[in-house]
Amino acid sequence: MDLSQLYTELILEHSQNSENKKHLDHANCCERGYNPSCGDDITLELVCNGDIIEDASYTGNGCAISQASTSIMIDLIKGKTKEEAEKLADTFLSMIKKEIEDDEELEILEDGVAFKNISNMPARVKCATLAWHTLKEIIRKNF
Amino acid sequence: MKALDVERIRKDFPTLFEKVNGKPLVYLDNAATTHKPIQVVDAMRDYYNKFNANPHRGAHQLGVLATEMYEKAREKVREFINAKSTREIIFTKNATESLNLIAYSYGMAFVEKGDEIVISISEHHSNIVPWQKIAKLKGAKLKYLYLNDDYRLDMEEVYNKVTDRTKIVSIAQMSNVLGTVYPVKEIIEYAHSKGAITIIDGAQSVPHMKVDVQDLDADFLVFSGHKMLGPMGIGVLYGKEEILEKTPPFLMGGDMIEYVEEQSTTFAELPHKFEAGTPNVEGAVGLAAAIDYLNEIGLDKISKYEEELTAYALERLKEIPYVKIYGSTDIKDRGAVISFEVEGCHPHDVSTIVDTYGIALRAGHHCAQPLMKFLKAPATSRVSFYFYNTKSEIDVFIDSLLKVRKWLGYGS
Repeated sequence: MDLSQLYTELILEHSQNSENKKHLDHANCCERGYNPSCGDDITLELVCNGDIIEDASYTGNGCAISQASTSIMIDLIKGKTKEEAEKLADTFLSMIKKEIEDDEELEILEDGVAFKNISNMPARVKCATLAWHTLKEIIRKNF
Repeated sequence: MKALDVERIRKDFPTLFEKVNGKPLVYLDNAATTHKPIQVVDAMRDYYNKFNANPHRGAHQLGVLATEMYEKAREKVREFINAKSTREIIFTKNATESLNLIAYSYGMAFVEKGDEIVISISEHHSNIVPWQKIAKLKGAKLKYLYLNDDYRLDMEEVYNKVTDRTKIVSIAQMSNVLGTVYPVKEIIEYAHSKGAITIIDGAQSVPHMKVDVQDLDADFLVFSGHKMLGPMGIGVLYGKEEILEKTPPFLMGGDMIEYVEEQSTTFAELPHKFEAGTPNVEGAVGLAAAIDYLNEIGLDKISKYEEELTAYALERLKEIPYVKIYGSTDIKDRGAVISFEVEGCHPHDVSTIVDTYGIALRAGHHCAQPLMKFLKAPATSRVSFYFYNTKSEIDVFIDSLLKVRKWLGYGS
């Protein structure tokens, strides 16, 4: 594994100075995601209005991969409907599992495609998918 | 005393010559598990190729030989920790199973409502979770010994927490996270003066230093074979004979019985009372070969050499301004385990980055979440040495550690 493919500028930027890492005073649903094997611990906060995710943020701590993945996910889901967010989560998780061959299908993930190579690093897959699993859980419980 | 010939020793460990990510492996995760010398692997292969049979059953020759090898291994363990009798040596799966055996058998039988169970905040989950369960089931109180600013345990803390109501004091002799070696002999003496029994988790200490159960006067000692050159799946429970005699059995089944009637059973004598079912004979044979290997070198030499390695690694780590060491930086009463933080870098990223340079270290909470909370650290990186490691490997590790922050976007 080439480290420069993993710790890209984009990922470092999102992991260190994310504007998405904060509390939302008016959040109406939140969900904690925890990775017991390594201690990545995030809490996802959403402002939901009907079917729409109007705003999103997170708090917590973890490695660069887990933090960047969470931040990039939040950029993607803001303003999206529940169905659109679920579609993004499924696409991201399928990408990590190498189930998608057609790169065009991945276009909706925008910056999230940066994690494509993580599938070559089994030890880090859980870090990249933590936020997306947490998103699926929050949708399941709240919509 | 002649120094260790580490270069010669390393030749017995084929794994140490493997390449990782195209780089020579530098294995610094020995607190998790150690590598196995060819002598151990050969002993286990020979057992299967020449002797394999179910011990304690049948009168055929192989069965007799398998029994002999299994019981010889027990004698080897007895001698290694200086127990009085092989009746006090129970083979288990690992230290975790040994601790569970004590909790379920001794704990369930003897802990009562209002009793106290005392453990330290630096315990491994295997020495916390079973006691939480026993405390809950029995209405007992689980109390923690906390550490001082130098990550050590003051006897004052022991005097404050261990009381006349304390039934059990269970503590690791050496922390798997901090490397601190606790004054277990003094703790045992004080616990006994309060009428409590003592359990020593030797998973991290027994592989590295001479542990003498009679000298310590420990009531129970547990450890795992795989952290001391032996195979995975074999562990040891030592218990004083008079305590094991009154402790009810743990698992029920074959080999642990004497007479079985339709509605009642009498149990086998020690140690078989605690070993239900076909045992892990090849594991015991492998562990015996591991003990032979350690004895051949000598635990005193091993301890001394590892102390040198640890002192050297501490010195090198202290040179790096953005590295914080969790644990005493004083080599006294300190084992070959160092936890640290690279400022601004999560341990998981540290681990991934140094892995590309061939370094195997551990990142995470090390199965000690209450300790992590106490240290106010979500996780740490950890290096842990064994006598086959070298100072030049520590140099390679430090060189790769110096590159970590650059990969994560820091100036230096």
